[in-house]
Amino acid sequence: MNAFMTGSDALQIVLFLGTVLGLAWPLGTYMARVFSGKPTLIGKILGPVERGLYRIAGVDPSRETDWKGYAVSLLVFNLFAFLFLFLLLLAQGHLPINPEKLPGTSVDLAFNTAGSWLTTTQWQSYAGESTMSYLTDMVGFTAIDFLGTATGLVVLLAFIRGVVRKNAQTIGNFWCDLTRSILYVLLPLSFVLAVLLVSQGVVQNLSPYRTVPLVSPIKDASGKPVTTQTLPMGPAASMVAIKQLGTNGGGFFNVNSAHPFENPTGLSDFLEMVAVLLIPAALCITYGAMVGSRRQGIMILSAMTILYVLALAVMIPAEQAGNPLLSKLGVDQGAHSGLLAQSGGNMEGKEVRFGAVNASLWISAITGTSNGSVNAMIDSFTPLGGLVALALMDLGEVVYGGVGTGVTGMLVFVIVAVFLAGLMVGRTPEYLGKKIEIFEMKMASLAILYMPVLVLLGTAVAVVSKAGIAGIENPGAHGFSEILYAFTSAANNNGSAFGGLSANTPFYNWILGFVLLLGRYLPVVFILAISGSLARKKHVPEGPGTLPTETPLFVSWLLFVILVVAALNFFPALSLGPVVEHLQMLTLAGVH
Amino acid sequence: MSASSRNNVSAFLDRRLLGGALADTFRKLSPRTQARNPVMFVVYVGSIVTTALLVQALLGHGEAPARFIFWVTLWLWLTVLFANFSEAVAEGRGKAQAESLRTLTRDTMARRLSFPRKDSPSMEVVASSLKKGEIFLVHAGEVIPADGEIIDGVATVDESAITGESAPVIRESGGDRSAVTGGTRVLSDWLVVKVTAGPGESFLDRMIGLVEGARRKKTPNEIALTVFLAALTLVFLVVCATLLPFSLYSVQAAGHGSPVTITTLVALLVCLIPTTIGALLSAIGIAGIDRLTRFNVIALSGRAVEAAGDVDVLLLDKTGTITLGNRQAVAFVPAPGVEARELADCAQLSSLADETPEGRSIVVLAKEEFGIREREFQGHSATFVKFSAKTRMSGVDVEGRVVRKGASQAISAHVESLGGSVPDAVKKEVERISQSGGTPLVVSDGARVLGVVHLKDIVKGGIKKRFQELRAMGIKTVMITGDNPLTASAIAAEAGVDDFLAEALPEDKLALIRRYQAEGRLVAMTGDGTNDAPALAQADVAMAMNTGTQPAREAANMVDLDSNPTKLIEVVHIGKQLLITRGALTTFSVANDVAKYFAIIPAAFVGAYPELKVLNVMHLATPASAILSAVIFNAVVIPALIPLALRGVRAAHDSAAVLLRNNLLVYGVGGLILPFVGIKLIDMALVVLGLS
Repeated sequence: MNAFMTGSDALQIVLFLGTVLGLAWPLGTYMARVFSGKPTLIGKILGPVERGLYRIAGVDPSRETDWKGYAVSLLVFNLFAFLFLFLLLLAQGHLPINPEKLPGTSVDLAFNTAGSWLTTTQWQSYAGESTMSYLTDMVGFTAIDFLGTATGLVVLLAFIRGVVRKNAQTIGNFWCDLTRSILYVLLPLSFVLAVLLVSQGVVQNLSPYRTVPLVSPIKDASGKPVTTQTLPMGPAASMVAIKQLGTNGGGFFNVNSAHPFENPTGLSDFLEMVAVLLIPAALCITYGAMVGSRRQGIMILSAMTILYVLALAVMIPAEQAGNPLLSKLGVDQGAHSGLLAQSGGNMEGKEVRFGAVNASLWISAITGTSNGSVNAMIDSFTPLGGLVALALMDLGEVVYGGVGTGVTGMLVFVIVAVFLAGLMVGRTPEYLGKKIEIFEMKMASLAILYMPVLVLLGTAVAVVSKAGIAGIENPGAHGFSEILYAFTSAANNNGSAFGGLSANTPFYNWILGFVLLLGRYLPVVFILAISGSLARKKHVPEGPGTLPTETPLFVSWLLFVILVVAALNFFPALSLGPVVEHLQMLTLAGVH
Repeated sequence: MSASSRNNVSAFLDRRLLGGALADTFRKLSPRTQARNPVMFVVYVGSIVTTALLVQALLGHGEAPARFIFWVTLWLWLTVLFANFSEAVAEGRGKAQAESLRTLTRDTMARRLSFPRKDSPSMEVVASSLKKGEIFLVHAGEVIPADGEIIDGVATVDESAITGESAPVIRESGGDRSAVTGGTRVLSDWLVVKVTAGPGESFLDRMIGLVEGARRKKTPNEIALTVFLAALTLVFLVVCATLLPFSLYSVQAAGHGSPVTITTLVALLVCLIPTTIGALLSAIGIAGIDRLTRFNVIALSGRAVEAAGDVDVLLLDKTGTITLGNRQAVAFVPAPGVEARELADCAQLSSLADETPEGRSIVVLAKEEFGIREREFQGHSATFVKFSAKTRMSGVDVEGRVVRKGASQAISAHVESLGGSVPDAVKKEVERISQSGGTPLVVSDGARVLGVVHLKDIVKGGIKKRFQELRAMGIKTVMITGDNPLTASAIAAEAGVDDFLAEALPEDKLALIRRYQAEGRLVAMTGDGTNDAPALAQADVAMAMNTGTQPAREAANMVDLDSNPTKLIEVVHIGKQLLITRGALTTFSVANDVAKYFAIIPAAFVGAYPELKVLNVMHLATPASAILSAVIFNAVVIPALIPLALRGVRAAHDSAAVLLRNNLLVYGVGGLILPFVGIKLIDMALVVLGLS
């Protein structure tokens, strides 16, 4: 029996999307209740904790600020968190809960890593198990995972207030939004997921690494027999839960969710994958509910889902078809059941446990969101598969996107789409009753252009500098893709990588560090500015002359804008990277 | 729309205008003019760069064959010139109009008075030296030297120079017809006028400035669009600039080929940045105002035209806009025991000297229904009594008879003073007519009441359909009238307006506008009287009638030279069309880029990576012809779209959803496909011409 993919692979695509969309509705509705201040069960239990925290911190939850005040609170808070993690990384060698006696990191790595974590990038240019102490993992990474994620979420909340409020000066209280996001959403979900993951065998301990005898001893390069293996340990489950849920993606172990202690079973893999898309998808529903138009939420969710399905439609066939160069050598890459059962496809750099279809689902999910955790090595994907991963980031992380940032990123495109479409129906463009005018267009334009500028300028610097080229493992077009991927990943706060690039060098640590910081905080400021400006406006009632933004027609137009903008920005760069690679591969395989 | 679009095209082809526009096209090459438009400035700088590269190539150190650089450079300069040309053509049409306006006041002399009296000592001065507040006298046959308010005298004035309307109008001191415009001519009598606008600020000056485009400021939507276009330009600048290092790396990695040339990068940049809309943006704005001008509406700011597209409430005066100027007689209802013919005869008799439209309509109805002819009274000793606000009656005293018609209370008082009384049947009839929205006029002969003439507002033909169209566009219509609510509601129902304001006082109008604005709506209204001024000032789009008073015209942001309030509906349409044209051409411009990538990227990089020839989906002949074809397409699309920019995109009276669908299909999808065809055709032509 020979098939394109196995039946279970086909089933898991449907099951996966069904689960994500199915859970998005109740979770989104729940979050809308939480953030609108309506009573919830969890609110009843954790309410005293919230109020206690405000009392300790001296926060007056009824005091709101304008967008500038909100932005300043956010930036100052993030700066302090950054300094905390930065110093922790430098000093971890002198601090407790470090059974492996791992030393402090270099300054450039500490800078890159601290920035990475704050911005939910988790661009890890190091190997976790051989670099970071348990203390760093827990009070550093896991804690900052929550704060970074919540930072993205509160920006969406501020934006929603901008849309909903009329003639208002303030857009909320940053400290309250932050506290509620963590307390009522991130912590409960992470707790549940962590427990489920432990049940599947994800490790959660503070034990020293174990040395165990190999089941089948091997010989090393010099011919000496190797009989033992060191197994890293640590508080992985708690970190993995928020890593997935918060679109953080920073692995506990170097190979991230391809490691059996981080992702042991098919079920854990499925749960971790669902966790990636869950909150970003649910926030669409939350958005719709909070702006008073559920259809708005559904509009955004459909646009995202269509893009995700489009990405899968290219990536899965590319990966499942296998490598034509291997086919030429007579290697069987087909999907089989029965005696010679295999899932088939391009298996280089993929887990035999998961297969090519699962890897494609995963990689599309983590590149479309700003997650960046991996269960397969993207560097070893086919050029087209890699192209899709790059393209999903090039869209600006809106295919569900990061927690909060996905919806706000999409809303920036909505503003541009509304602006052009609004002109085309002969009215000053308006979205949800708010006029889109000069200031909004300025900020939305900046919010769209900062990313390609960071990616392209960064890549340009790297490909013509010695230090930049030095990191390349594979010469030629793939080397270009590796560098392009690194900057795309950093500017979009994704954190996944074409692993071939040796990025733990001062050059890459510094430059990518700056790129990922700008990639996070520039759009935050632009979006808060839009929110502040929208909040001040009056509300224009809707009528037949109003541009409808909830129809399939508008969704098509929105997709057109997103795809054309991304294509215009990245067509040349992608042509010189993965597209050339793909064509070269076909030439070598004799297809052309 | 078809008539005015034909107008535009013929104006576009006007030889004289084209000559002037061509001269302006080159005059606009100055860096200062170019720097005003960020998109075209990039093309301008790019052209200078490739020109320098061409010189370098001609000296023998070229980065590419001089022939190739020459053709690219030529077409880049043409792109700049085409953009200049589009603006020059749009401005040229206004300039021609401005020129003819200017001749109106040129060399006019004025008789300046020392005191505001006709017989005051006077002094001959040049019209342009008249200052605000000064007084002048103007006689029949003279041109009025400045805008002003009449303080003494009555005269007929020929305003055709400004309005195009040949019938003279009466201007007199006091009331709503006291404003005169500089440049118009007094036909009879004399006027003493106080200057209301200083030199250079007069209505005519403003009109000249506006039609010339000199006073044109960018409107808010235009600025927002320019911001977006500048952002796109910036991104494309980065995209193209970074292609040089990318290309250096690629050549090194591939081990063959040569890095992309600066000429190619400039060509790619110019193709990518939104030059189509960038080049036409200013022409679209000028043409929008110009379209209004051709429509005999002067927009006193471009902003007002744009706001017109956004209007969602239209306040329309009943009289003259929704109904024909005046009420007309539709029936004679005799009192018990009176012949209908007798009533008609007396009604006509009382109306013979009544020149008001109501009076004329009674004469006409009597003739139509009973064949009663108008009579001549030269031989008799007839005394006509004119209608006055005090008596509220009019009529005639002839051969001992006292024939009157008027409001029922006035006639009732009149007959009672003569010892008569109004029969109950007539009273009932009066009430019935009032309730149906009509106006009853009671007719009496001596102390005897003959019956009632039923006057009715006649709703303009086709107006109901216009309101339906407006409703489909999402615009609410509100009728403003001084009538009582009963009358108002009857007319409102007949005309099909969405709402009405009855027994409206000027302050009610103002309050209504404020209320709508507080709801976030944009309100448009027309007005002519001084008491309309506050409401006009409050409305977002305010169109004053040219026959209106100076305060009304000052408060408005548009003046209708034909004084036809119905035109507000067209103004809204023109405003929408302006925005639609901008949006559609922007979408078109950006969608075009996809094809240009497919032309230029394989051409630029096929040296390093021969595999990229697969992307040459149009099978363009050579890399050089591919790049040149894209540049040429990008350039020629500008003049090709000038007529569309000037005429405006066709915009049907449809809902937003329908408009969006149609425009996306035509300008979005069309913009995606068309350049593939166009570039391929140009490439084939280049091959035939041996330029590939």
